[in-house]
Amino acid sequence: MSSSEKRNGRLVIHMVKRDTISRPKEWGIRLIAVALSLVVCAIVIYLITRQNPIEVYSGIINGAIGTSRRTWVTVRESVLLLLIAVGLVPAYRMRFWNIGAEGQILMGGAASAAVMIYLGDKMPAGASLILILVLSMIAGMIWGLIPAIFKARFNTNETLFTLMMNYTAMQLITYFIVYWENPKGSNTVGVINQATKAGWFPKVFGFQYFLNVLIVAVVTVLMTVYMRYTKQGYELAVVGESANTARYAGINVRKVIIRTMMISGAICGLAGAVIVSGASHTISTSTAGGRGFTAIIVAWMSKFNPVTMIIVSVFLVFMQQGSIQIATQFGLNENASDIITGILLFFLIGCEFFVNYSLEIYREGKEG
Amino acid sequence: MDVIFAFIQGAIGQGVTILFGATGEIVTEKSGNLNLGIPGIMYMGGIAGLMGAFFYEKSTPEPSAVMGLIVSLLTCLAVSFAGGLIYCVLTVTLRANQNVVGLALTTFGTGFANFFGGSISKIAGGVGQISVATTASAYRARIPGLSKIPIIGKAIFNYGILTYLSIIIAVIVTLVILKTRTGLHLVAVGESPATADAAGINVNRYKYVATLIGSMIAGMGGLYFVMDYLGGTWSNNGFGDRGWLAVALVILALWNPANAIWGSLLFGALYILYIYIPGLSRANQELVKMSPYLVTILVLVLTSKRNKPENQPPGSLGRSYFREER
Amino acid sequence: MAQENAIELKNVTKRFGEKVLANDNISMTLKKGEILAILGENGSGKTTLMNMLSGIYFPDEGTIIVNGKEALIRSPRDAFDLKIGMIHQHFKLIDIMTAAQNIILGLEGSNRLDMKSVRASIKELTDRYGFDLDPGQKIYTMSVSQKQTVEIIKVLYRGADILILDEPTAVLTPQETEKLFDVLRNMRNAGKSIIIITHKLNEVLEISDRVSVLRKGRYIGTVETRDATAESLTEMMVGEKVTLNIDRTEPVNVRPCLEVKNLNVRSADKTRLVLSDINFTANTGEILGIAGISGNGQKELLEAIVRLQNLESGEILFYPEPGECVSLQNKKSEEVTSLGIRMAFVPEDRLGMGLVGSMDIIDNMMLRSYAEGKSAIFTDRRTPKELAQKVVDKLEVVTPGLGTPVRRLSGGNVQKVLVGREIASAPKVLLVAYPVRGLDINSSYAIYNLLGEQKERGCAVVCVGEDLDVLIDLCDRILVLAGGQISGIVDARTTTKEELGILMTGGKE
Repeated sequence: MSSSEKRNGRLVIHMVKRDTISRPKEWGIRLIAVALSLVVCAIVIYLITRQNPIEVYSGIINGAIGTSRRTWVTVRESVLLLLIAVGLVPAYRMRFWNIGAEGQILMGGAASAAVMIYLGDKMPAGASLILILVLSMIAGMIWGLIPAIFKARFNTNETLFTLMMNYTAMQLITYFIVYWENPKGSNTVGVINQATKAGWFPKVFGFQYFLNVLIVAVVTVLMTVYMRYTKQGYELAVVGESANTARYAGINVRKVIIRTMMISGAICGLAGAVIVSGASHTISTSTAGGRGFTAIIVAWMSKFNPVTMIIVSVFLVFMQQGSIQIATQFGLNENASDIITGILLFFLIGCEFFVNYSLEIYREGKEG
Repeated sequence: MDVIFAFIQGAIGQGVTILFGATGEIVTEKSGNLNLGIPGIMYMGGIAGLMGAFFYEKSTPEPSAVMGLIVSLLTCLAVSFAGGLIYCVLTVTLRANQNVVGLALTTFGTGFANFFGGSISKIAGGVGQISVATTASAYRARIPGLSKIPIIGKAIFNYGILTYLSIIIAVIVTLVILKTRTGLHLVAVGESPATADAAGINVNRYKYVATLIGSMIAGMGGLYFVMDYLGGTWSNNGFGDRGWLAVALVILALWNPANAIWGSLLFGALYILYIYIPGLSRANQELVKMSPYLVTILVLVLTSKRNKPENQPPGSLGRSYFREER
Repeated sequence: MAQENAIELKNVTKRFGEKVLANDNISMTLKKGEILAILGENGSGKTTLMNMLSGIYFPDEGTIIVNGKEALIRSPRDAFDLKIGMIHQHFKLIDIMTAAQNIILGLEGSNRLDMKSVRASIKELTDRYGFDLDPGQKIYTMSVSQKQTVEIIKVLYRGADILILDEPTAVLTPQETEKLFDVLRNMRNAGKSIIIITHKLNEVLEISDRVSVLRKGRYIGTVETRDATAESLTEMMVGEKVTLNIDRTEPVNVRPCLEVKNLNVRSADKTRLVLSDINFTANTGEILGIAGISGNGQKELLEAIVRLQNLESGEILFYPEPGECVSLQNKKSEEVTSLGIRMAFVPEDRLGMGLVGSMDIIDNMMLRSYAEGKSAIFTDRRTPKELAQKVVDKLEVVTPGLGTPVRRLSGGNVQKVLVGREIASAPKVLLVAYPVRGLDINSSYAIYNLLGEQKERGCAVVCVGEDLDVLIDLCDRILVLAGGQISGIVDARTTTKEELGILMTGGKE
């Protein structure tokens, strides 16, 4: 008995792949999933805190956008997640399972930290900022390039290769921390250039995170154009569909794999700079903090649609920032937000099934 | 001599966790499910065992070591099972992308473990204060008598119960895969679900059962780490990347748990190698710690270059199966 | 009397999604101890119907009666229990397992495997029916006909009394087909009931006792084979009297256009030559057919010409105009494309190579030409859109719109999109592989006509085909490949199927 025809008495549940689905229905299903996930989260939070769920959710809203500072943090974190997801889009469109964004971010962050530490006060602010952006992109690019070369030449499994690159990057960071630690013996880097703010993203129009938002907006627009309207975007989509078709179309598959991963790695590296120079002003092995993984889910669920990616990023970060707030409020630890994120993701991932398949439930007309 | 013993024992101590994880992941992958949630499930198994033991020991004035062992083993298995169930419902029944679900599960599992680890540490009086010494003593108990035999006793009989269990499970799983009808059917499901289905094998049931059993085996890796390796305590993120090494070991072992036994020893040795290389600076130690990942990358590249069909990943790995697709 | 019928179908209906009605209210019977042929064009619902007997699909409506009892066949296991066994067109075998492991796959029994006794019972079966099979051989090392043998034994091993064979001869030589038919007759004489699905009329007439005909998912009728003729069956199958003549014109302006000299190509795993010592010329204004059993180097030959295969040695010369000569053997496929050599190629794998299934018709139009256009960075979308509209109008492609992913189109329309794009560039050489595979008769003839038009335009057409009757009617010359070598090049106007059959098995003239 297959699960696709689960017999329940004489009631038959049958799954059929949908040919098409209307836009409102598609988004309706997703909204229901979000609502259900919020209910489940509320139950989980209630079981742990024994607080009125309404209060908990007002706590979440308060935590995410309660003050202007909190709102800016939410914006900063949302655009960051979006930037990484945008960086992953070309790789995933090419069906290259780049789960190495964590490592690419770390390497980009390390490059920024290095510029800030060694050159920060020896250069004009503008020059060091440009150097930070360029070097972090190069560092991320290299980290993306290595697995791509092996994929292109030997068809080496990129999922596990990029995963291992994450941990190699983490070890490199701990290696750098030995030299960069401040104060000595603390095994942490501390805030770099606290006094001079050299290499920090400057305030623009009085907004601390204006540059972060600007960079992400520019990259997102460029990437959308790249994917939709350029020859290179077309090439990588064909490669993703079938390497055979690509060869037939006269596309150099190896070149496209390597080029695409360089772009993907560079954007993730840039995200490292946005974190280190634009937000935390320090570096540690948890600088990427799992964003590289979450971004994969954002990109995948959004089917690479930039608008959807914005919505999903904001939603996830909103809930994360909110749950960090309730964690403090109710004396929980900060990992509560990972549980909340996990539950939201399970529902969002699961609901795609109902977008792609319809269930037919009917009575069987005869004895079974 | 003592240094060598210490090195081997240290390697085994690191290897057992990875071996549990790798054996669990092999069982799972044989059914065509690439469960990247295994690292999260190992975290969940570890914290669940610890919580089981903690609340058991708190609930009674004179906790018995054996009861502690049973309670913690059961809670570990139950929570690992639940983790596997989330993965199965989403990927098998709802046909979601396996990688995406796996990564979300790892995020969830890690958060789950650190959250509850942090919370019970707080109940116990602060970070590092949690201790389930009684239960841990059962896990760390050596076989009386045998462990006293010179050299052999020290080399072979000087480990806790889970160490032996990890090897026994790996051997049993190997035999089941190679020598039984169940194993034949499992391999068929992983290679080509459509073929298995046409042959009358219940594909979804095999996927569920293999993934759930695999999750429980992997969860015991977390339990070993918490009870035997750490001796019954918790530190947030202390488990580190061992779960990912387990996933990597599957490749090194060419999807055969018997190979994973040796592979886990190798990974364990690489993990602690830096301690035994004399004259390493602190910075260079960190570089030596990179070696397990570099070895895995090397193995990945080498296996992708030779292409014997038997040594390749299961044919349907990573893909969902839907019968009426056309 | 109730036991006279092995299977009875009553009002069976199967839908896929909301639109596709694969089987519409079908009622028919299989008698015990007969060979029943189910005849129908591609897409007429033959395979879907049989998949409901073997438990792959479940009917939406209707009843199935097996041996006089109403049966619910919900899974392949239910089918086995009813002693129904199906040999699928696409073999369902696990490559990394041995023949014996595949044969016992899915069977219940003691959990500990006793392969020795399994091998003994397999040997008994192979001896009884005269098959040649090593139970310990891995599937991935087997030839197509060996794999088919494994499939048949798998069904017999399960004690099936009712055997269903889906297009079993598609992959066999005429000689292997004869051998298979002998086996089937033996089985019928041993009391087994057999259904053979096919669209080849001559085989129906040769092997079956009765013929049931399906058309567009509907049951048309059943006739005794001895009362049927090729014409009467065709009429039932197609629904109207059709004259199946291909309009073949005499070649004009014949001159060499493509010359292949001493070509050798090695297999991907480098172990053997898949093409050896190939020499031939394709002429303008002529259709050169390539015949051969599937997997004898046809695919590699076409791919070698467009430089998608690495060559071991040899020359490929292209004569765009009289007196001009371009040698292709040292060029990469990108270079061949960028040279502007108008060489069109319609590969066998339409959605896995020729087209991008998830992209729409417009995006697929630019697959081979996207690199052209004024801008170095951006794609030109206007030209492909115009081309898409032209192809859809001229070839009467049935599609909801130009923005529909080609995967959603029917097989015939997919092929029209592909062929339409390839001939749009007015190629000097047109290479096509199995151009009508999976297409219904009307689409097939539309494609044949397109090939004929290209020939009249002065193009050198090279067509790999599987239906020898069609090749004989369509082509001017036929090249036969056997084991990666040319076993003969014959004049299509004078050759016979028998002659081609001998050449296909490697017998030189």
